[in-house]
Amino acid sequence: MSRPFAVLLPFRPGDGLAGIAGYRADRRVAAGLALAAGLILVHAAAHAATAGAKPAILETLWRWTPFLLGGFVWNIVISALAMAVGTALGFLLGIAQISQVRAVRAPSWFATQLLRNAPWLVLLFYCMYLLPFQLHVFGTRIGIPDWLKAAFGFALPVMAYVSEIVRGAIRSIPAGQWESAEALSFTRSQTIWMIIIPQCLKRMLPAWMNLYAIVTMASVLANVVGVSEGLTAAREMLAAEQRVELLLPVYAYVLLWFFAYCYPIARATVFLERRWAVAH
Amino acid sequence: MVAEWFRQLKESANVNLTIFYDRFDGLTYLNGLATTVKLSAACLVLSVVFGIGGAWLQRSGWAPLRWLVNGYVAFFRNTPPLAQLYFFYFGVGSIMPLIPDGAGGTHRLFDNFQWAVISMSLFAGAFNVEIFRAGIEAVPKATTDAAEALGYSRFKAYIHIVLPLAFRISLPALNNNLVTMVKGTTIAYAIGVPELLTASATIWNASTNIPEMMNVLMITFLALVGILVVVMHRIERALHIPGYNR
Amino acid sequence: MAAGGTMSGISGDAVVSVRDVHKSFGAIDVLGGISMDVGRGDVVCIIGPSGSGKSTLLRCINALVPVDRGEIVVAGMTVTSPTLDKLALRRKVGIVFQQYNLFPHKTALQNIMMAPIHVLKRDRREVEELARQLMRKVRLSGKEACYPGELSGGQQQRVAIARSLAMKPEVMMFDEVTAALDPETVKEVLTTIRELAEDGMTCMLVTHEMGFAREIADRVYFTDHGVIVEHGPPKELFGSPRDPRTREFLEHVL
Repeated sequence: MSRPFAVLLPFRPGDGLAGIAGYRADRRVAAGLALAAGLILVHAAAHAATAGAKPAILETLWRWTPFLLGGFVWNIVISALAMAVGTALGFLLGIAQISQVRAVRAPSWFATQLLRNAPWLVLLFYCMYLLPFQLHVFGTRIGIPDWLKAAFGFALPVMAYVSEIVRGAIRSIPAGQWESAEALSFTRSQTIWMIIIPQCLKRMLPAWMNLYAIVTMASVLANVVGVSEGLTAAREMLAAEQRVELLLPVYAYVLLWFFAYCYPIARATVFLERRWAVAH
Repeated sequence: MVAEWFRQLKESANVNLTIFYDRFDGLTYLNGLATTVKLSAACLVLSVVFGIGGAWLQRSGWAPLRWLVNGYVAFFRNTPPLAQLYFFYFGVGSIMPLIPDGAGGTHRLFDNFQWAVISMSLFAGAFNVEIFRAGIEAVPKATTDAAEALGYSRFKAYIHIVLPLAFRISLPALNNNLVTMVKGTTIAYAIGVPELLTASATIWNASTNIPEMMNVLMITFLALVGILVVVMHRIERALHIPGYNR
Repeated sequence: MAAGGTMSGISGDAVVSVRDVHKSFGAIDVLGGISMDVGRGDVVCIIGPSGSGKSTLLRCINALVPVDRGEIVVAGMTVTSPTLDKLALRRKVGIVFQQYNLFPHKTALQNIMMAPIHVLKRDRREVEELARQLMRKVRLSGKEACYPGELSGGQQQRVAIARSLAMKPEVMMFDEVTAALDPETVKEVLTTIRELAEDGMTCMLVTHEMGFAREIADRVYFTDHGVIVEHGPPKELFGSPRDPRTREFLEHVL
């Protein structure tokens, strides 16, 4: 739809390209600008500390990037595995929370609350220390690598969060759906799996994507218990280089990588939430 | 007498809870608890200040200020808090000026406890900015207009009218964030702050009672979180305006 | 006639028999002693002010809501018995709600087909044939592949009626099915119900459509505060109501 004499209207920064794209771009630009400014400042500060005698900091960062990314890959592996296991188990836990059998409902609620309110690092410690480091299966020894134990450690809080997401989504389905299914003689189990859950999936997606971003960020905690991942790689790099002026830029660099990975997920989540806004 | 019972427990059931009968372990744990509480309280206050300040600056007429706040929020919400902590303590800490302490040596301007407070407050503060922004936006413009029509300046209207309402609306999300923050204080372990997790690790390294200490740690945190949730609920109910939430 | 009085069905044996049913939700008494009989092929309309327990009564009849006291027998099955086979009961009694409650993630045809396939375990092709027939019956041929979100209120309500009919019930209950519709679409739904009644289906309707009730009902029951105040053939009840409460209600509504 064209506006007559549009050329005479006052210019508004929101129009134009951003207007066509359909969303406000200023925040992204703002974040990017702030980041760039921050990095430049950081570089300048670090340089000032050493008077720039040794190889340039940016060059060093660039040289070590493949190594750092190799570590970062482990963050993704751990968080993906934690999400997979945690989502599957959490789904069942969430459905158990709405069970009509008290003996199922109460322990599920309790387990969810327990895993939600415990610090992620404590749960991680639990798994690292109390899970066996090798299994004896049919006479052969299977070593359980550290990162696998860490992934399981993160799967526990994921399970609790997914359980709550599922329970919330189920509760947001209008009671009329349950009633009409019951009136048509569907059993409770059929109602849940064929009618209620399919309607819940869309509602759960934004929160679930948000959870994935949270878990990816939380995966650096594995560094504290000695698992090799992105942050560990950064520290190994710093230990190898032994240069004080690298401390600030390297950690800033790591933060930048995580930002580049998690920020798009956050934007996509907001976009989906708006698009699928459900009237309650 | 209590100590005796726990010593017996070690002999009979092999459950070694040294914190109850060993003076040193017990004190270590209590100090850890005190540090965690101090850490949580400091971060609570500071993060709320950041949140309110950030929400105010977000509505500023000067664009670069808005960009700065939005950049801060976007950055701190999408990067790992542990990485942020390392960045501040090891990174920024390395370029902080050295200060002579009275005994002839020097130390950095901020110690690890202070960096932990700064880092975690900035992290929680970024979330709080969004929470308060949502709360402020939920206050109808008509209310602000009415305040200004009565002669309130923009700032006064913000403090006396908008903020109290926005605060009540934000309270549930704020409480959630507070709980997350208290749980998050455990990352201070990574930079050696003597909070609960560090204390527990010290104890189980000395007395080799890992399962027992893990369970005690878990129960302690569940209790802390539980108390916080109850207190927050009380506050929510006390501040509740009858008929306002439909 | 005294409140709660009984009356045997006009034609044949009673398909639905309600005896002195009481139901409270907490401190509120919703049903305070309801008794009625519905004969096979009868069309019964229940009218009355909001909150008089009409919807609750329908839900008690198909065991969606348990009764506190009293007895309900539907097509030979004792609904109030603790050993009731709910699934078997709900195959005999269909209910259509005010809020249609179609499953939004399935097409109109799938909505109709779901229950016979998954509950009655019938053959898929047979059921599809039946479903298309029913769509034709409610005059919605051509809309089989539409999702509920793409249909108007009246169309959704007719799909809901077809969905209940697919279970081949002996009794159909309608709980204020036109209350949420625009006046234009009300007519198409009422036409569908009229055709059902003319085909010989036993119908129980809770409705505000007095004109419709007068036209198709064999008996009309007026309830107020959980009891049946008065009942009789529509000519009598609408023409010369005996009880002052009935008169007052009809004055306000007509």
